[in-house]
Amino acid sequence: MSSTPLLEVNKLSVFFHTRAGVTKAVDGVSFSLNQDETLAIVGESGSGKSMICHAIMGLLESPPANIESGSIYLNGEEILKCSKKRMRQLRGDSIAMIFQDPMTSLNPVLSIGEQLIEPLIYHSNPIKRLSRDKAQLRAIEILQEVGIQNPRERLNDFPHQFSGGMRQRVMIAMALIGEPKLLICDEPTTALDVTVQAQILELIKNLQKKLKIGVIFVSHDLGVVAGVSDHVLVLKNGHSVELDTTEKVFYETKDPYTQGLLAAIPSGPKKTSETELDERPLVEVSNLNVFFKNKSQAKEKIIRAVDGISLEINRGEIMGVVGESGSGKSTLGRSILRLLPIQSGEIIFSGVNLTALPPKELQEFRKKMQMIFQDPYASLNPRMTVYETLAEPLIFHRVTNKKNITSRVTSLMNEVGLPKNSMHKYPHEFSGGQRQRIAVGRAIGIKPEFIIADEPVSALDVTIQSQILDLIVGLVERYSITMLFISHDLSVVRSVTDRVAVMKSGKILEKEKTELLWRKPKNQYTQNLLRSIPIPDPRKERARLLSRTEQD
Amino acid sequence: MIRFAAVRLLQAIPVLFGVITITFILIHSAPGGPFSADKAVPPEVLIALEEKYDLNLPLWQQYFGYLEDFISGDFGPSFKYPGRNVSELIASAFPTTAELALYSMIVAIGIGLFAGVVAAMRPNSVQDYAPMSLAMIGICMPSFLLGPLLVLIFGIYLEWLPISGWNSLPGDKILPAITLGTGYAAYIARLTRGGMLDILSQDYIRTARAKGLSEIVIVCKHGLRGGLIPVVAFLGPAFAGMLGGSFVVETIFNIPGLGRFYVQAAFNRDYTMILGTTIFFAALIVSFNLISDILAMWMNPKLRQKDLGDEK
Amino acid sequence: METKSKSMSEKDYSEENSSLWKDAWTRLSNNKLALLGLVTLVFFCIIAFLAPWIAPYGYEEQNLILGASPPSYQHLLGTDIFGRDMLTRIIYGGRVSLLVGFIATSVALVIGVSWGAVAGYAGGKLDAFMMRLVDILYALPFMIFIILLMVVFGKNLLLLFFAIGAVEWLTMARIVRGQVMTLKKQEFIEAAHSMGLPKQIIIVRHIVPNAIGPIIVYATLTVPNVMLLEAFLSFLGLGIQPPESSWGLLINYGVETMEEYPWLLIFPGLALTITLFALNFLGDGLRDALDPKTSKD
Repeated sequence: MSSTPLLEVNKLSVFFHTRAGVTKAVDGVSFSLNQDETLAIVGESGSGKSMICHAIMGLLESPPANIESGSIYLNGEEILKCSKKRMRQLRGDSIAMIFQDPMTSLNPVLSIGEQLIEPLIYHSNPIKRLSRDKAQLRAIEILQEVGIQNPRERLNDFPHQFSGGMRQRVMIAMALIGEPKLLICDEPTTALDVTVQAQILELIKNLQKKLKIGVIFVSHDLGVVAGVSDHVLVLKNGHSVELDTTEKVFYETKDPYTQGLLAAIPSGPKKTSETELDERPLVEVSNLNVFFKNKSQAKEKIIRAVDGISLEINRGEIMGVVGESGSGKSTLGRSILRLLPIQSGEIIFSGVNLTALPPKELQEFRKKMQMIFQDPYASLNPRMTVYETLAEPLIFHRVTNKKNITSRVTSLMNEVGLPKNSMHKYPHEFSGGQRQRIAVGRAIGIKPEFIIADEPVSALDVTIQSQILDLIVGLVERYSITMLFISHDLSVVRSVTDRVAVMKSGKILEKEKTELLWRKPKNQYTQNLLRSIPIPDPRKERARLLSRTEQD
Repeated sequence: MIRFAAVRLLQAIPVLFGVITITFILIHSAPGGPFSADKAVPPEVLIALEEKYDLNLPLWQQYFGYLEDFISGDFGPSFKYPGRNVSELIASAFPTTAELALYSMIVAIGIGLFAGVVAAMRPNSVQDYAPMSLAMIGICMPSFLLGPLLVLIFGIYLEWLPISGWNSLPGDKILPAITLGTGYAAYIARLTRGGMLDILSQDYIRTARAKGLSEIVIVCKHGLRGGLIPVVAFLGPAFAGMLGGSFVVETIFNIPGLGRFYVQAAFNRDYTMILGTTIFFAALIVSFNLISDILAMWMNPKLRQKDLGDEK
Repeated sequence: METKSKSMSEKDYSEENSSLWKDAWTRLSNNKLALLGLVTLVFFCIIAFLAPWIAPYGYEEQNLILGASPPSYQHLLGTDIFGRDMLTRIIYGGRVSLLVGFIATSVALVIGVSWGAVAGYAGGKLDAFMMRLVDILYALPFMIFIILLMVVFGKNLLLLFFAIGAVEWLTMARIVRGQVMTLKKQEFIEAAHSMGLPKQIIIVRHIVPNAIGPIIVYATLTVPNVMLLEAFLSFLGLGIQPPESSWGLLINYGVETMEEYPWLLIFPGLALTITLFALNFLGDGLRDALDPKTSKD
C-alpha cells in the first residue's frame, strides 16, 4: 500500500447561491480514503452527502452550487484545480460512480451494450481508446462478473427489459468497465427491495475485495453501512459530525446526533405491553380477488394483484402487511377500503358486507374507515390550506357543527403536533414530516374505527420516521382504532404491529403474531426476507453477510 | 407496432369516408352551382349540362354514384375544365406543391434542429436567447406577412432574387421555400430545445457525464436520440400545415400548384374538383401523420418492442 | 431537501399565507417579457374597446384628393389609397381581430374543457370512445374544410368563430383530459374518495382548481393561433369582408400596393406581429409560472 491515501478531501465547502440566499450544503468536511478501504458517508436528506460525491466527480451543477474552498487530492493530484478535459479523463478511468435509481440512471433509448462500451470507445486518451469489437468483448466479460446471465445476448437489450436489481448490476458493470481506482456508490440500494439489496451489497463488497479499489458508500441507512464499511463519516446539515472506524461509531459514539440516528432505527418488537386482544374481528376479508388488465402489452395479460386473499383484523389490533414491491400489498389495502373495483370476494366491516353496499351508503361508511398514504407530497391537495384540508371531512360527515369547526381544527392540529399559527398555510410550505402530520390529522379527525396506513413513513428520514410512527401508534391506541399497517420495511413493521401477514405475488404466505413470526418463520420466502434485513450492528451484520455467502 | 400501424390504417378508412361525406354535404348545401355564375348560359344548355354531369339526379344518388366511381379509382371529370378529369389535373399540379413542401421541410428541419440544439446546449445564455427570440419572431410572423416582406426586401429593394414564378428563373424557389418553412423551423426549434432540455435534465445524462463522455457525445448521442422524438411526431402535423400554408405562398408567388387550384375550384363550385382535391389532401395528411407517429414510436425501444412483449 | 424546505418555510413565516396562485403571480411578475406582453395586450384591448372615442378619424372617412400618403403629423400612420387614416383603420381592424381571437378561444375552451373533463373523469369505454372521436377529427384536413366553409357559405363572422373554435377545441380537449387523468391518479384525490366525499365536491374542490393552471396557459396560447387563422383567411379573401376590416385584410390590401406604399403593409403587419408576440410571451410566462415542475423549488 502506498503511503499517500487514494483520496484526500480537505475542508471542502460547497455553497448554494440562490435568490433566497446562500445555503451551506457542505461546510468544511475533511476525510481520506485508502486504496482498499470502504468509507461510508451517512446522513439524512439535505446533509450534503451527495454534494460531496458530486464535487469529487466534478459533476456539481454550478450555478447554483459553488465550491467555496477546500481541496480534493486523488492519488496526490489536486482535482479541483485540474482542467475540464483532465477531469473528464479522470471520470473515464480513475473515478466511477453508481447512482440511487437504476430506473432513471440508464438511458432508455440506448441498448445496455452501447451504454457499457461508451467509456471505452469514446475514451479521451486516444491510446486507450478501444475498437467497438474489443470493447464489446470487455463488456461481456464485465457483465459476467457482475452476475448477468447470457451476457452476449443481453448486450442488445434495453434497460426496460431488466429488473431493478439487474439494472443496478448493469450500472455497476458500467462503472467498473474503465477499471477505476475509486468507486462512489450514492445510495445504491435505496430503490431496491430488501432481498435484492442484500445481493447488490454482497456484489459490491466482493468486487471491492477482488479489484482492490477504494469505495465511498453513501447511505441514509445505518444498517446497510454496518456491514460494508471500514470507516464511517456522519454528516448533518453539511457539517461533519463524526469520522471514525465503523466499530467505534456504532459501539462507542459520544456524539448525541449519531446516538439519535442509531436510536431512531426501528429495532426490536413493539414497545407497548401486549394488550388484551379482542378476538372479534372488525374486518373480515374472504377470498378477495383483484385483477388488472395490463394494457401496455400487446397480448393482454391479467395481473392478479390480489389473488384469493382471506384475512381478518381484530378489533383494536395493529395488523401488519409486509411484502416487496409488486406483491400487491397496496392493492389489498385500497380494495379493503373499496377504493378499487374488485373481481370477487367479500369484505365485511363490523358485520356489514361492504361489497354489497350501494355507493351512497358506502359513502356514509367511509366515515368509519380512513387511510394514511405514503407520499405526503402527493396526498395533500396543493391548493387547499391546512385548515381547509382538516375541516373538509369534519364538515362533510357532520362531525362538528359549523360554529365549533375552528376550535376542533385547532385541537386536531395540536394533537398531531402542528404549530397553531400554520393553520392557513399551504402544503408546500411544510416539510415532509409536517405534511404527514397533516395527513394523519385528516384521517384521525373524524374518529374512524379503522385506519389503513400504506407505507406512511417510507418517504421520510429515519429520525422523522420514528416521530411519525410514535404519533400514529399513540393516536391509534388512545382512540382504540384498529389499524392495517402496510410496509416494505420489516423492522418498522416489527416495531409497531401485533400480527403480521407476509405477501408475495398477490397471496398471503404466512400470518402470525409478529414476534412469533420473527422467531420462527415457517415459510421459506419469509425466512429469506428476514435474513436479508441489514442489522445496524457491524459485528452481527458482517457475520450475517458471511453466513449468507456460505449458504449460497 | 405492426398492430398499431394496422389499427391506424383501418382508422383512416372512416376518416376518408367522413371527409367525402362532409365535403359532399358542404358543397351541395351551398347556394349556387357550378354553372350558375356564368350568366351567358341559356336555360336549355344549363339543363343539358346538368344532365351530362348527373346534377339533375337526387342528391343521394349523386352521392352514391360518386362513391362508386371513387372506389373504382375515378375522381370524375372537372366541371370547369371540360374534357379533363380531376385525376389528371391533380397529377399535373401536385408535383409543384410537393416540391415546394419538400424544400420548405428541408428549411424547417435544417434551421429548426440546428437552432434548437444550439439553444439547448447552454440554456438561459445568449446562445439560448438569440435563436429562441428569432424562433419567436418566426412563430409570430405569419407567412402571408413574411412572404411580402421578403419580396419587398430581397426582390424589390435589393433585386437579389426573383419575386414570383416557379421553375422559370434561377433562384425563384428560394423565397417561397423560406416563406413557408420559417414558421415550422421556429416550431421545430422550440420543440427540439424543449425535448433536449427535458432529456438533458434526466438522471442518465448525469450517468453519461460520470462515465467521462464529452459534451458533444452527450448532446448528440444521448440527448438527440430521446429529444428528437417529439420533433419527429410533429413532422406529420407540420406537413399537413404546410399543405394548407401552400395556398398562401402559391398565391403570393404566383406558383401553379395544387393549393391555388383548390381555392379556385372552391370559388367556381367545381364539385368534382373540390371533392377530389379534398380527398387527396386528406389522404396525404393521414398518411404523413401515420408515418411520423410510427417513426416516433420506432425511436422509443419500449414501444418498438411492444408487439414482441418480451419483458424479461 | 429537509434543510432546504425548512429554511424556506422559516422564511415564509413572514409572508402571510402565500398560496400557489400568489407564488405564480410572483414568478410571473419576475418575468419581464411576460409582463410586457400582458401590459401590451391590456393596452391594445382598451384601445380596441374604446375605438369609436379614440380613433382620430371616422372609419369610413375618405379623402380621395389626398390618396395614399406616408405617415405625417395629421395621419400618424399615413393613409391608404382612398385617403383613409391608417391608424383609425388599424384600431378598428384590431377590434375585429381581438374579438375573433377571444370569442373563438372561448368557444374552443367551453367545448374542449367539457369534452376533455368528462372523458378524463369518466374513463373506461366512454373515454375511449370520446377520444377516438377526437383522434378521427384530428385527422380531418380542417384548413381545407374552413376554406371550403368560408367560400361556400360566404363570409360570416359568426361562422368564422364557429369554424375556428371547432378546430381549436380538439387540442384543448386532449390537454384537459390528460390533466384530469393525471389528477385522478393523485393520492389526494384518492384521499378525498376515501373520506367519502361525493363526486361533485371532488370535482369542484379538488380537480378543477388543480387543472385550471394548464388550461389558462393553453387558452393564452390558443388566442394567437386563432388570430393567425383569422388573418390567414382574411388574407385569402375568405374571412372578414369590407367595409368591415381586420388586420389580415389590411395586410392583404397592403400586399397589393406594397411596392408603391410599403407603410400600408408594414403597419398592420406590425400590429398583428406585436399582438402575437405579446400573447406568446404571456403564454410562455404563464406556463413557467404555473408549471408544477418549476414551482417545486
